[in-house]
Amino acid sequence: MKNRTARRISAGISNIIIIVLGVGMLYPVVWLIAASFKESNTIFTDPALIPKTFTLQNYVQGWKGIGIVGFGTFFKNSFIICGLCVIANVIFCSLTAYAFARLRFAGRKFWFAVMMLTLMLPTHVTTIPRYIIFRSLGWIDTFLPLVVPKFFATDAFFIFLLVQFIRSLPKELDESALIDGCGKFGIYIRIVMPLTMPALITTVLFTFLWTWDDFFNQLLYLNSPAKYTVPMGLRLFLDSSGMSSWGPMFAMSVLSLVPCFILFFSLQKYFVQGITTTGIKG
Amino acid sequence: MNKKARKRAIRENLSSYAFLTPWLLGFFLLTLYPMLYSLYLSFTEFNILQPPKWIGLRNYFIMFIGNEQFPRDERFLNSLFVTFRFVFISVPLKLAFALAVAMLMNQRLKLIPFYRTLYYIPTLLGGSVAIAVLWRRLFAGDGVLNTILRSAFNLNPPAWISNPKYALYTLILLSVWQFGSPMIIFLAGLKQIPREYYEASSVDGAGKFRQFFAITLPSLSPIIFFNLVMQMISAFQSFTQAYIVSGGQGGPLDSTMFYSLYLYLKGFGFSEMGYASAMAWVLLIIIAVLTAVAFKVSGSLVSYGSGE
Repeated sequence: MKNRTARRISAGISNIIIIVLGVGMLYPVVWLIAASFKESNTIFTDPALIPKTFTLQNYVQGWKGIGIVGFGTFFKNSFIICGLCVIANVIFCSLTAYAFARLRFAGRKFWFAVMMLTLMLPTHVTTIPRYIIFRSLGWIDTFLPLVVPKFFATDAFFIFLLVQFIRSLPKELDESALIDGCGKFGIYIRIVMPLTMPALITTVLFTFLWTWDDFFNQLLYLNSPAKYTVPMGLRLFLDSSGMSSWGPMFAMSVLSLVPCFILFFSLQKYFVQGITTTGIKG
Repeated sequence: MNKKARKRAIRENLSSYAFLTPWLLGFFLLTLYPMLYSLYLSFTEFNILQPPKWIGLRNYFIMFIGNEQFPRDERFLNSLFVTFRFVFISVPLKLAFALAVAMLMNQRLKLIPFYRTLYYIPTLLGGSVAIAVLWRRLFAGDGVLNTILRSAFNLNPPAWISNPKYALYTLILLSVWQFGSPMIIFLAGLKQIPREYYEASSVDGAGKFRQFFAITLPSLSPIIFFNLVMQMISAFQSFTQAYIVSGGQGGPLDSTMFYSLYLYLKGFGFSEMGYASAMAWVLLIIIAVLTAVAFKVSGSLVSYGSGE
């Protein structure tokens, strides 16, 4: 009896600590959202979370962007790049993962070890030569350097995720399909792909998020504002506008986070699954 | 018969390799070849317009030793130092926070799924330019934090972002703030520890403190170790936050000049691509050595359980 009360008190205290800490952690994000609805001149003088005067002016002004290119273009570019990367990763990472997890071939262990090593490779070692290669192909200021590598399953992380998942599936299904005359590709399409759906959704999520935020490569390869993505648009905004336009800047920042929020809240359980099965980098 | 079997084995191999072809092509064309190429470039002077000029070890010499003719690159050493400081402060803090919060949550609380979501939000958003921009405003001289400190506590705080003493710590804070992923992993790990361990030990009179060091920490050690290595590797490569918060310059006074930011400036700002390639290889070696050391140390510290 005494034990139960003690446990309840300890749970209560934990709840309070967790909530207080959580509110503190989210304060900056909430402040950002609130600031995007405040009048430009009251943003910094008014630390309150609920705006005294509510305005959409920042969104209207921000959406126009800088010069002739508006945020509509930046969002369109970001979505095109993310969409292509997502498609490529789902197809080619799963194809590779299927080979590693299910097929038997000479040198499988060796290639798997190589793939795991590339997981730890700092991207900088390939950055400069890749830039030189893509430049000689005339791909600078196009989406190709950002998208094409994904069609060669270069995101080892997702191969690893999918291999882990496919290995956990019962082998009997493949074997019975083999007896029914299904080829390797048939097994991949009809049996493995559908069963791997949760891990594929995790792949979609993280590919989208990481491509959306992949500022380094976008900075490297995109030069003209018409080709800019959302993060590049934000940077352009930051550089070319003075203190007066923090309002529009914050409004577009909030907008740039919306796709991530939507994905996260609609597919939460796949996030947790993906993180726990692989111990994702953060 | 034997011949037929061998033929079948070859066909089997070939059809399997067909599935691996895209990855193999990617590995050779986009990873291995660029790696070797950048190793070659690291021994050259190269500005992309003229062909690379072989200079032997000079790039490495300038980084670490230097003489009168080729003075040592103090900015390089500084960037190395800044990055080490960032990695070795932010990663342990982040993991400690993640573990502390995960332990708080590991008590059959009803709201765990909600809390998990709440605490993952900073990780979800933290890598974006938008949050980096926000950070710049939060910690500016006339930023949000200082407005609160001034009006509520009547203090006279410094301009965090533009003060070389504090600028790096705002970036460390931004990194620690994103402890959501390791927290979720630790929470899953904590749930795996059998309750009986704790019950048995409290019968034996062990306190919470003792239990933490005798049960929790050893049981989680493989997970902690794995996270440590992965977080370290990615922290060494941090770029976006330092770039945005410092306006692309690594300032003030190079106090936030991260390794990858300096590499970017050298390679693409000053077109010293040979030097930048050498920097990339030094980073690769640093990460490889640290990972190897981590594995070595873990051999004595990490317990993978004995099956029982």
